[in-house]
Amino acid sequence: MDPLKPIRNSVGKKLWKQVEELEPSFKKDGMLHSLHSTFDAFKTFLFVPPTVTSKGAHIRDAIDLKRTMFLVIIAMIPALLHGIFNVGHLHYVANGMYPHFFDGFGPKLVYGLIHVLPIVIVSYVVGLGIEFAFAQFRGHPVNEGFLVSGMLIPLVMPPDIPLWMVALATAFSVIIVKEAFGGTGMNILNVALTARVFIFFAYPTYISGDQVWIAGLPESPDAFSGATVLGVWAKQGYDAMSHVGFSTVSQQVGYTPMDMFLGFIPGSIGETSKLAILLGAVFLIWTGIGSWRIMLSVFVGAFLMGLILNAAALGFDLSNPHLAVPAYYHLLAGGLAFGAVFMATDPVTATQTTTGKYIYGLLVGMISILIRVLNPAYPEGVMLAILFMNVFAPLIDHMVIQSNIKRRLARG
Amino acid sequence: MSRLIRLTKGYDIKIKGAPVGKLDSSFSAKTFSVKPVDFHGLSPIPKLFVSEQTEVKAGDPLFYDKSDERIHYCSPVSGEVVAIHRAEKRAIDEVVILADSDIRYRTWEPADPNTLTREAIIERMLESGAWLFLRQRPYDVVASPDEAPKAIFISGFDSSPLAPDMAMVMEGKEEAFQTGIRILSKLTSGKIHLSLSARQRPPKVFDTVQGVEIHWFDGPHPTGNVGVQIHHIDPVNKGEVVWHIHPEDVANLATLFTKGIYSPERTVAVAGPMVSKPHYVKTLQGACIEGLVSNNLISDHVRCISGNVLTGRTVASNGHLGFFDHLVTVIEEGDHAELLGWLFPSYARPTRSMAYWAYANEAPDGYAVTTSMHGEERAFVMSGQYEQVLPMDIYPVHLLKAIMARDFDLMEGLGIYEVTEEDFALCEFVCTSKIDVQEILREGLDYMRSQN
Repeated sequence: MDPLKPIRNSVGKKLWKQVEELEPSFKKDGMLHSLHSTFDAFKTFLFVPPTVTSKGAHIRDAIDLKRTMFLVIIAMIPALLHGIFNVGHLHYVANGMYPHFFDGFGPKLVYGLIHVLPIVIVSYVVGLGIEFAFAQFRGHPVNEGFLVSGMLIPLVMPPDIPLWMVALATAFSVIIVKEAFGGTGMNILNVALTARVFIFFAYPTYISGDQVWIAGLPESPDAFSGATVLGVWAKQGYDAMSHVGFSTVSQQVGYTPMDMFLGFIPGSIGETSKLAILLGAVFLIWTGIGSWRIMLSVFVGAFLMGLILNAAALGFDLSNPHLAVPAYYHLLAGGLAFGAVFMATDPVTATQTTTGKYIYGLLVGMISILIRVLNPAYPEGVMLAILFMNVFAPLIDHMVIQSNIKRRLARG
Repeated sequence: MSRLIRLTKGYDIKIKGAPVGKLDSSFSAKTFSVKPVDFHGLSPIPKLFVSEQTEVKAGDPLFYDKSDERIHYCSPVSGEVVAIHRAEKRAIDEVVILADSDIRYRTWEPADPNTLTREAIIERMLESGAWLFLRQRPYDVVASPDEAPKAIFISGFDSSPLAPDMAMVMEGKEEAFQTGIRILSKLTSGKIHLSLSARQRPPKVFDTVQGVEIHWFDGPHPTGNVGVQIHHIDPVNKGEVVWHIHPEDVANLATLFTKGIYSPERTVAVAGPMVSKPHYVKTLQGACIEGLVSNNLISDHVRCISGNVLTGRTVASNGHLGFFDHLVTVIEEGDHAELLGWLFPSYARPTRSMAYWAYANEAPDGYAVTTSMHGEERAFVMSGQYEQVLPMDIYPVHLLKAIMARDFDLMEGLGIYEVTEEDFALCEFVCTSKIDVQEILREGLDYMRSQN
């Protein structure tokens, strides 16, 4: 049959002819053979290939990895858009301008775009460049996994992060954590979180403290701070949050739980708005791509650990003000929501069994809050908790599998 | 005593062109064939009894398995062997017989099965070819006459896409079915389990049948798979063997004893989105499908499948039915490129996920499915997907990985003895990474069989 039959519009037909004409030069003896993986990636992006089933089931589900990854990116768009706006918003507020949300909407958006888009571009260019090179070298097709990682990386960065640092962290993560283990589907650690943790350990001052979460702070560092909610809790306790937030040139701005929910607070680009993350979560669960089991159990685990620590604060008069933070506040603070929805649910690095997903999520949530509250050096624990549980995910699955095997043996 | 087993996992793929209406009694096939490839565990080069131009009667042996010479593979009709198609390395693809207009039978003494011993029943089944009606779990292979199964299972409904209606298949076979059950009861000291669907009124034939234990199942495909039913009724443990048989073959088995002839009847549906008039015919095992599909197709760029779209085998439009198949499905070949098809698909297609939400609830009369892969093969990425369509206490992805690693103990521990390709076929359908699940599973089953 004419492979073009369903392509009804003339643009599609012309494109297909163009692609067909180009193809020979990427074949084995062609001039551009060294770019055949790249060519293949773009070709299959443009056209779902005319491959038919040859063994097993004669028909296949409409879904494929491109669609899946594309939908995850769609789910991140609310968080990205909010992040872009919030970067500009906080910048102007801190500098004493446009204190209200809709004031200076245009300048805020432009300022945010100028800060966020370069990070997105650097992340994609570096990461995809390495992926294409490895695919070429190995003779594999380019897997779509990095399309998601490449968007996650900017969303977990502070707005003022130097671009070379993003490039270095992305390269480290893709090469050491992903490709060295065999590429998409084989990595043990979450790629985007590894990029973040790389900066966290290599250049800690760029990704922690009070100074990095608002882009372009006024040049009076002594008087000035832009602490995250967690930073305030760790130092002054949670009730200080209502009046000690970040300082603007004229006043101190506090945070309310509603600010935390809507996301008009300092933090990593994509993590601040719980509303935007919630929209993404609903989309992921509705399309069946994100595991609601993991998301739910992360929140349950975090809440439980918050309660346990509250009890500890009542029982022992400890000097750590962080202990008394009401458990539900923890769910709104820091990167917990972002981690639960977009990071912990990474199907490759999370547990794969249904029971395992509950255990994994619960432990991610509990350890996040444990680190957040009890660790003296750094007020957030989600990133480390998820990476830690990534390492233990195969063990959890192993235990679930073993119990299935035992059940089967007991039956016989 | 009966109980209801409710299964929620699975997926009913709604496909256009379901078989409807009455039997077309005018159909008669000219040629019939027996294909070694239909029988798992049969060595690819069986020993032939016949050559081209040999005249055979219905029930005359065509070939036998070198590993067990007692099991005869017999001709469903009388006539002349017109072709012996060979594949690579002289393996035999099929033995084709040109049927006489009036079938001559090799005959056995009609006998009341109640008076026969187990040995006498087995002997007659072996030499007539009726033995092949029985299949064994684990491995889904031809049953071994030396084994005593702990139970025999019959699935009284077919939940697979476009499956023929069991009431149509079993119409008028009430008595034969009951006799067949009596014969089967001689073969096992255990029970005979008959599973029925709680979703529709089961065919009359099962209402009055004696000597079986009835189980009711409610759920989407693959609930009708006998493997799923065995798992929930009396699972196969290590070292145990069970047999299963199709209801129509239970009736065919009765004919062998009451009339003394081998007549493997098949009620066959021809269905699918490319079929102009889906309908049923009565014929015999291995019939040529040409008369079913010629002048009955909407397009000629199609794939004819003997069996259903999940597990069937591709056959030419003048090819022959598989031994166990009751269905010919015809769907369009999907060998076309689709501009940004992953973003804006150009026609409706079934999906278990909500990733193409526009199609999740579409097509009341079913989808016009094609053979397109809808994407390229990728590494395992998603999790939990296979589990949603496998209503068994089994971890499919881990089992498949154990097979790839040839980890004998792990495969055994994870339940490879309980499954076969058809049980995993939906896993293959839903797979985001387009992995050939059924092929991997068969490798694992063959490996385990060679090791045990």
